[in-house]
Amino acid sequence: MSVWIAIAVTAIGCYAAKLAGLLVPAEALERPLVRRLAALVPVALLAALTAQQTFSTAGSLVVDARAAGVAAAAVALLLRAPFLVVVAAAVLVTAGVRAIGG
Amino acid sequence: MAEQTIPADRPESSPPPDPTPVPGTGPDHSRAAAAPAGPGAKPDAAVVRDALGVGIAVGLSGFAFGVTAAGSGLSLLQTCALSLLVFTGASQFALVGALAAGGNPFTAAAGAFFLGIRNAFYGLRLSQLLALPRAVRPFAAHWVIDETTAVALAQPTRRSVRLGFTVTGLTLYVLWNLTTFLGAIGAEAIGDTNAWGLDAAGPAVFLALLAPMLRTATERAAAGLAVLLGLGFLPLLPAGVPVLVAALAAPAVLWLKGRTPGGRAADVMEGVDARTAIPGGESGGESGDARNGRGEESTGDGRRPAGEER
Repeated sequence: MSVWIAIAVTAIGCYAAKLAGLLVPAEALERPLVRRLAALVPVALLAALTAQQTFSTAGSLVVDARAAGVAAAAVALLLRAPFLVVVAAAVLVTAGVRAIGG
Repeated sequence: MAEQTIPADRPESSPPPDPTPVPGTGPDHSRAAAAPAGPGAKPDAAVVRDALGVGIAVGLSGFAFGVTAAGSGLSLLQTCALSLLVFTGASQFALVGALAAGGNPFTAAAGAFFLGIRNAFYGLRLSQLLALPRAVRPFAAHWVIDETTAVALAQPTRRSVRLGFTVTGLTLYVLWNLTTFLGAIGAEAIGDTNAWGLDAAGPAVFLALLAPMLRTATERAAAGLAVLLGLGFLPLLPAGVPVLVAALAAPAVLWLKGRTPGGRAADVMEGVDARTAIPGGESGGESGDARNGRGEESTGDGRRPAGEER
C-alpha cells in the first residue's frame, strides 16, 4: 500500500511541477537565485543518488561489483558514448565482475 | 539522457532564437507552410528525424527502468503506473531506488518530486516557444521533460518547435511505456536481476544525466558535497532522508560562493547581463537544462574558456 501512496504523491507532484511551468507567469520563477537553485538542486540530488545506489545495500555502505560497473559507465561517458551504451557498459561490467566472483 | 539529444553538429548559441513566425502563418495556419518558408525555417522531415532519434534512443531505456523497478520489488502494475503517470525518468528511478532502500513513501516521493521540479523551468521556456492555447496546456504538460525540451529548444521556428515537441513526446511516451512493460516482465523471467548486473543500470542512468551538468566549479562542488552528505548520513538516518539532506548541498554551495569575493563579483555579473555574456560555444549539444536553469551559471564562470570541454 505504501508503494501506491508513494506513486500517487510522486505522480501528482511531478505533474504539478510540469504544469506550473506552462501556466505560471514567467516572472515568478525568473529570479536569479530561484533559477540557480533549481539548476543546482538536481545536480546535488543526482550526485547523491548515484553514490548511494553504487555504494549502499540496505542502509549500509558497501563496495561491490556495482562500483566497477559505474566506473565503466563513467569511462563510456568520457568517450561520449550514446546513452544506451553507457547503461549497457555498467550492466555488462557489473555482471562480468560478479561472474568472476568479485 | 538529455546530453545526447541535440545533434552535435548543430550550432547552438543559447538562448535559442525565438521562433520567427512567418507572416501570415499563425499558429493555426501552420498547414499553409507545408513548404518551409522564410529564413531559418527547417524542413519538417529534418525535425521529425531529429525528434524520432531522441525519442527512440531514450524511449528504449524504459527497459532499464522496468527491470530496475521490478527488481526492486514493485509489481508489474506499479511499475507501469509510474511510467504512465510520472513519466520523468530520473524521478522514477529515484523513487524506485528509495523504496527499495526501505524509505517511507513520503520521503521517497519527496526526493522524486525535487528531481521533477526542473521540469517547471522547462515549462516556463516552452510556454513561450510553443505558445499553446490555455486549454491544451494541461495535456502538453505531461510531456514536458528533458528530451522534449532539448529538441524543442533546438528548433528555429514555432512550427518546428511544436512539431519537434510533439513527435519527441509521442515517440518517447509510447516507447518508454512499452519498454517499461517489457522490462518488468523480463525481470520476472530473468529471476535474480542483480546476478545480471542490472542493479547497476540505475546509478549509470543517473551518472549519464549528471555528467553534462557538471560544467562549472559550482556544479562540481555541489555534486561533491552532495556525495559526501549522501554517503555520510546513509548509515545514520532513515532511508530516503540522506538524499534530501544531500540536496542542501545546492543552497550551501551558492551561499559559500556568495561569501567569496570572486563569487560575489560573479553574482553581480550574473545579475547584469545573464543573456549576452553566455559564451556561444558553451551550450552546443547540451541538454535543455543548460539553457533553462544555467544560463546565469555559465556567466558566473565566464572566465573559463568557452566550450572548454569539447
